Amino acid sequence: MKEVRWHARAGQGAKTVSQLLAEAGLLAGSSVQAFPEYGPERRGAPMRAYTRISDKTIRRHDPVAAPDIVIVLEPTLVNEMNVAEGLSKDGVVLVDTNELPDALKGVKALAIPATKIAHNHGLKFSNVVMLGAAAAAGGIPLANIQDAAVKKLGKRLDADSLRGAIAEGYACLA
Amino acid sequence: MPVKTQEGAQLLTGGDAVANAMAQIDPDVFPVYPITPQTPIIQTFAKLVANGKASTEIVNVESEHSAMSATIGSALAGARSMTATSSQGLALMAEVVYIAAGMRAPIVMAVGNRALSAPLNIHCDHSDSMMIRDSGVIQLFAESVQEAYDLMVMAPRIAEHPDVMLPVLVCQDGFTLTHSEEPLELTPDEVVKDFVGEYHVPLPLLDVENVTTKGIFALQDYYTELRYAMNAAMEKAVPVIEEVFGEYSKIVDRPFGILEEYEIEGAERVIFLMGSTAGTIKDVVDELRAKGEKVGLLRLVSYRPFPAEQIRKALAGATEVIVLDRSDAPGSVPSLHSEMAAALYGSSAKLRAHVFGLGGRELVPDEARAIFAGEAPTHIALRS
Repeated sequence: MKEVRWHARAGQGAKTVSQLLAEAGLLAGSSVQAFPEYGPERRGAPMRAYTRISDKTIRRHDPVAAPDIVIVLEPTLVNEMNVAEGLSKDGVVLVDTNELPDALKGVKALAIPATKIAHNHGLKFSNVVMLGAAAAAGGIPLANIQDAAVKKLGKRLDADSLRGAIAEGYACLA
Repeated sequence: MPVKTQEGAQLLTGGDAVANAMAQIDPDVFPVYPITPQTPIIQTFAKLVANGKASTEIVNVESEHSAMSATIGSALAGARSMTATSSQGLALMAEVVYIAAGMRAPIVMAVGNRALSAPLNIHCDHSDSMMIRDSGVIQLFAESVQEAYDLMVMAPRIAEHPDVMLPVLVCQDGFTLTHSEEPLELTPDEVVKDFVGEYHVPLPLLDVENVTTKGIFALQDYYTELRYAMNAAMEKAVPVIEEVFGEYSKIVDRPFGILEEYEIEGAERVIFLMGSTAGTIKDVVDELRAKGEKVGLLRLVSYRPFPAEQIRKALAGATEVIVLDRSDAPGSVPSLHSEMAAALYGSSAKLRAHVFGLGGRELVPDEARAIFAGEAPTHIALRS
């Protein structure tokens, strides 16, 4: 089982991509689960979301405590909390940033310039680029994650831009 | 014969799942007032109605008290009627929930279980359902998104059965299920339609040929008898639920029961609880079983009617029963604990009980291990 924890501020689209990763897992034939964890619901407040992907039916309903992949959509959050808390032995933290913040020294972490990549593809939100990176880290085929994203977001966002941005995020882990 | 599902499994939240079931049932009237974490249910349902998937009259009322009042009125007038709520909404509705049951209105209500104030909390526990435990409504608790959907499809048949005629609440854990996406197999529309059938209440209010009075006055003369009749209906509800579960199970090829026995065979220590946490416990049961520990799980689906006899039978081989209540009862012990004690009266099994999961503090596998090992505190995860 791959367990993913997403850190973001409410409004950055973490819930959406946590679900898209699950959708892609489902397309790839896995058992999946995606759920958000809110405090008081307000834009800008720190929130978490979780995705589980497994070969076996997922039955548990507790939050992800020992993630294999941590995705940080908002780099300033690393100064407010330990985003690497409970990270599994071979786990990795992926941060939407050009340069890893000092707070992550000693943690197996990777900077993904997702905001820049998103802008290059004409997209306002970098969450889909981080989704591509998460999919690569989770071993989800690129086509599944692109299809899942286009199916859900294709009406609002240009399909080619989406596919391109996701592919570039995916390639960051190649 | 099992039918093929529409397009295979799709990802839906518990809220969306139940809203889809409602749209397939296509009730006549749906008076409702929003509250977290139930709001996604009415949002999705309203969207489905607006898109023409259902022809329900949605009545936006000014409170949950009014929502249930309007639901009773339309149900007794002869229209299939549903509503939905959570937490404080159910608290405000409570007065009228007793009336719905007492007037034998076969209403179906979707509940996203949530803690009660104070302090203010939007996350799951079962305190709201417990508050109306003696109201005379049937309460069924789901473990997963799929089960929440399936119970919703089956609920009208139970509520409207002539031997029952009581409201049915389909309860799912707030956020943990209402906002969680899990793979769901939708039952095809026409299969749901056939399964649910036409709505029928004896002597509807709008039957002007046979004029009847609803909401009668009953004093020392008949009050006792009319309240007692609800006991009889609850007793009959047990076989009715089993019959409806059995019939639907054959259609969708998934098992349903008023209880779920998981690794009960040969189990010495058995956890007893309701809701989504059962899934987490199952994983721990598998792990401990692999180590040779004789542990099991008994999950309660039908909280009301409480199937005491079946529970006693299922636990006949257990030496220790561990009850987990997702609600507290200051000054006494919570509902499942006391009712299990009554069910086991005279049995040699040891009874242990814990309170867990208040205000959304989910039970984690380590805590489940400690519970089985007898090393957990009375209130799980309580910080000093």
